[in-house]
Amino acid sequence: MTAPLHGLVLAGGHSRRMGRDKAGIQFDGHTQLQRTFGLIQHLVVRGFVSVRPDQQQDPLRAAFPQIVDAAGVQGPIAGIRAAQLAYPGAAWLVVAIDLPLLDAPTLQNLIARRDPARLATAYRSSHDGLPEPLCAIYEPAAAAAIEAWLATGRNCPRKFLIQSDTLLLEQPNPQSLDNVNTPADLAATSSTAAGNAAPRELRVQYFALLREQAGRREEAVMTRAATPHELFSELAARHRFTLGTEHLKVAVNTEFSDWSRPLAAGDTVVFIPPVAGG
Amino acid sequence: MSAFRFSSTPIDGAQLRSELIDVHCGGFTAFEGWVRDHNEGQQVTHLEYEAFEALGVREGEKIIAEACARHGVTRALCVHRLGDLGLKEIAVWVGVAAAHRDEAFKACRYIIDEVKHRVPIWKKEHYVSGDSGWVNCERCAAHAHDHDEHGHAHHHDHA
Repeated sequence: MTAPLHGLVLAGGHSRRMGRDKAGIQFDGHTQLQRTFGLIQHLVVRGFVSVRPDQQQDPLRAAFPQIVDAAGVQGPIAGIRAAQLAYPGAAWLVVAIDLPLLDAPTLQNLIARRDPARLATAYRSSHDGLPEPLCAIYEPAAAAAIEAWLATGRNCPRKFLIQSDTLLLEQPNPQSLDNVNTPADLAATSSTAAGNAAPRELRVQYFALLREQAGRREEAVMTRAATPHELFSELAARHRFTLGTEHLKVAVNTEFSDWSRPLAAGDTVVFIPPVAGG
Repeated sequence: MSAFRFSSTPIDGAQLRSELIDVHCGGFTAFEGWVRDHNEGQQVTHLEYEAFEALGVREGEKIIAEACARHGVTRALCVHRLGDLGLKEIAVWVGVAAAHRDEAFKACRYIIDEVKHRVPIWKKEHYVSGDSGWVNCERCAAHAHDHDEHGHAHHHDHA
């Protein structure tokens, strides 16, 4: 039987590299804590914010249902452990506070494709191919596994997922899990978040060598890529295409196109490998 | 019927020729591309053609319109096969009918040359060795791969 899904926003970090509380950073007029909690609360049975014992009365956090970190555990896994102890029958959608580009489709896709028979369902990072532990679903069975993991003196949730029975999914929007740890990250992300290119759905069709390498004839892609060139870079990283744009042409909506043409929601993009008719 | 078509069944040249017969034309020429048993030193057993059909038909029609305009040709038709083809089968058929032979030859040559370069059609060759490859793609890909060998992994600073 599939366990009920609860949600946990990890807001108990020290934000040492940022130099200020990441939960309070604002995008679009909302704090990261409000925005993240707002994203998960309608997707789960119950939503909570994970806090350190000394953060319970903090004005940013006081208004939310809280789970206080497990004592004696360091790092984000302390929040996950505390939630598992508090509600042993629940599965947990765990989401970090420092993902300002996180969007609803990314969470909905994770939930829709969740495999309750595994210990966890997570995304494969679009940056390094490793599991993203802080936008992931941990099944009830992961509680005992995490307890055993902590007992060996380890506490990195990413390494836990690497060594556990984790279902790994591709990110529908490759930037949605970019995190901000430093003021420089924040500046870069603010400009992305403020840009016109909000994530939107594009259709991509593949032919010949690209079809074989992508392992599909077409796909819907949630992306901020502004042009076919940016879109190809994104997809080439995901599908490990061996052809570069110097060998390809591109068509948008059944017309040959420039690589720098702006893309709009609903556009169909086809990358055209070297042709060989006759 | 479009002047440029794809066909997943064998091409019947006589049938296509009959579509072009016209009392105003004094000359007709056709080009047939056949599946041969070798390419670049490899023994070919069969071919596989794939196309982006919607764009392919548009581009093919454009080529035929260009040929007619440039060479004053009355009628032209091109059909390209898709799917699996055995040796000796017709892969592409071009037929042109014109008032005189000169424009028919020139237009026919123009159409086959442009189709090969511009229409999104891909050919996979299957070899006696059991190997296979997308023509014009594999060498580019191998080249691109050489450049990638020293690529670096992204560093992701995780929370």
